[in-house]
Amino acid sequence: MEGDRISRSDFPAERSAPAISVRDLRVKYGEHEILHGISFDAPAGQTLVILGGSGSGKSTLLRTLVGLENPSGGSIRIRGKDFAGMKESERDELRKKMGMSFQSGALFGSMTVAENVALPLREHTQLDESTIDIMVRLKLNQVGLSGFENYMPAQLSGGMKKRAAIARALAMDPEVLFFDEPSAGLDPIIAAGIDELILKLKQAFHITILVVTHELSSAFLIADRMLLLIKGNIVVDGTPEELRQSTQPRVRQFLDRIPEQELTGEIDYLQMLTGEIPPERQ
Amino acid sequence: MPITEEIGGVTIGGLAYVGDLTRLTLGAARAVLLDPFRGRTVRWSRSIHQALTVGVMAIPVVSLISFFVGLILALQAAYELRRLGALHLVAGTVALSMTRELGPLMTAVVVIGRSGSAFAAEIGTMKVNEEIDALETMALEPVHFLVAPKLVAMVLMMPCLTTWSDFMGIVGGGVFGVESAGFTWHTYLRATIDAMVQRDIFIGLVKSVMFAIVITAVGCQEGFTTGLGSEEVGRSTTAAVVKSIFLVIVMDLVFTSIFYVTAPR
Repeated sequence: MEGDRISRSDFPAERSAPAISVRDLRVKYGEHEILHGISFDAPAGQTLVILGGSGSGKSTLLRTLVGLENPSGGSIRIRGKDFAGMKESERDELRKKMGMSFQSGALFGSMTVAENVALPLREHTQLDESTIDIMVRLKLNQVGLSGFENYMPAQLSGGMKKRAAIARALAMDPEVLFFDEPSAGLDPIIAAGIDELILKLKQAFHITILVVTHELSSAFLIADRMLLLIKGNIVVDGTPEELRQSTQPRVRQFLDRIPEQELTGEIDYLQMLTGEIPPERQ
Repeated sequence: MPITEEIGGVTIGGLAYVGDLTRLTLGAARAVLLDPFRGRTVRWSRSIHQALTVGVMAIPVVSLISFFVGLILALQAAYELRRLGALHLVAGTVALSMTRELGPLMTAVVVIGRSGSAFAAEIGTMKVNEEIDALETMALEPVHFLVAPKLVAMVLMMPCLTTWSDFMGIVGGGVFGVESAGFTWHTYLRATIDAMVQRDIFIGLVKSVMFAIVITAVGCQEGFTTGLGSEEVGRSTTAAVVKSIFLVIVMDLVFTSIFYVTAPR
């Protein structure tokens, strides 16, 4: 079930084709449907923030958008191409134009920071080592990690790991950049630095950025548009200002941090995850 | 649940697992043999690094174990042969047992303990840390990137280690032969060479290659199927060791049977 939608006809972003277009997307884990037919557009060159609490399906949505999960229904179009329906080889070609920064950083522990950033360049381009070396230094400079080329990921702090992961995601000059919980687990100052970096990247490279987070302050700072996902449904889709002014109870509950009633059992938990009412309660 | 259903379930599960191992191995073999024609080469530097870890660094422990196994074999064989007055057959017994059976098997057990478990732990940790997902989002096939270099290293190093194990086992048997059975080193080695034919060494080396494939596939498969959480890495590592030992023994039985049936009479 789609929630109330805020009209978007007045937005300047509507004039350009969306970089990502999702229609009636459904994702199941076994018998349980996590995403219940959601639809939205991510305008090109803008930052779309997907908000949602734990178990809302936002991480599943992100994993599906980058091809780590297969949808059970609906369509995902990235840069006009049917991403969900294409062959793996075609999908890989498109992935080279996409970057992903994972919540944990997901840097390869057996490689130095420079080797991590150089990896996609070595695997997907014919560039010589000296050019790759220059590009790696450039990418690390862009994220504020100059001089850390030879560090191992284990030697970096949480914020530095995230920056290194962003540098790796930028290596192939992506047109679409995905972030999974970029501020999670970071102190407010480091988190603010990551937010600033995301803003800087959008302004400098006009990349389409899609961020999944539950950090409200961060979301309102970096977003051009926002979605609120609750129990696998989009409750609201609009600008940060429109979200702030929304009077919908579920939006207010999320923004005003009103606690959910406590879960009393496994069925409640599954219902919270899937948004489905178990047959025995219908 | 009725016992027939249980047996059926276990059989189907086992066959599905073998299917997964086959798919993984074929994927890695394709990456090694066909991808170079599509402009993508295996990470040879990684293969060399793996070969050093799997092969060269295993030499001390393989040497020691094989030496002791050769010595034990000689002692056990001598116990019976002495009663028959055929102590001179010790050299041949040790040589045939080591080259055809115990050399490949003991090497496989050492490699399972050192490398099969390490493959599962490495890939399992990468899975838990989202590194496998990161590879996929970078359009890098995990099988090409992770499994292929390991398969190359194992297929190259297992026969080398097995040959060395055969040699060390024969030396172990030789120590007994020279000290207690009236051989000199020259006569012991002469008797060893006389007892063996090329086919004996070939059988052992074929087995070692098959064991290399099994150990790589099981270690990597267990790593890829690691669940969420660090304790799952421990489970994968244990499963890799247990399943590898079981499948190596099964593979040993299959190939020993094939070589028995096809042996010249």
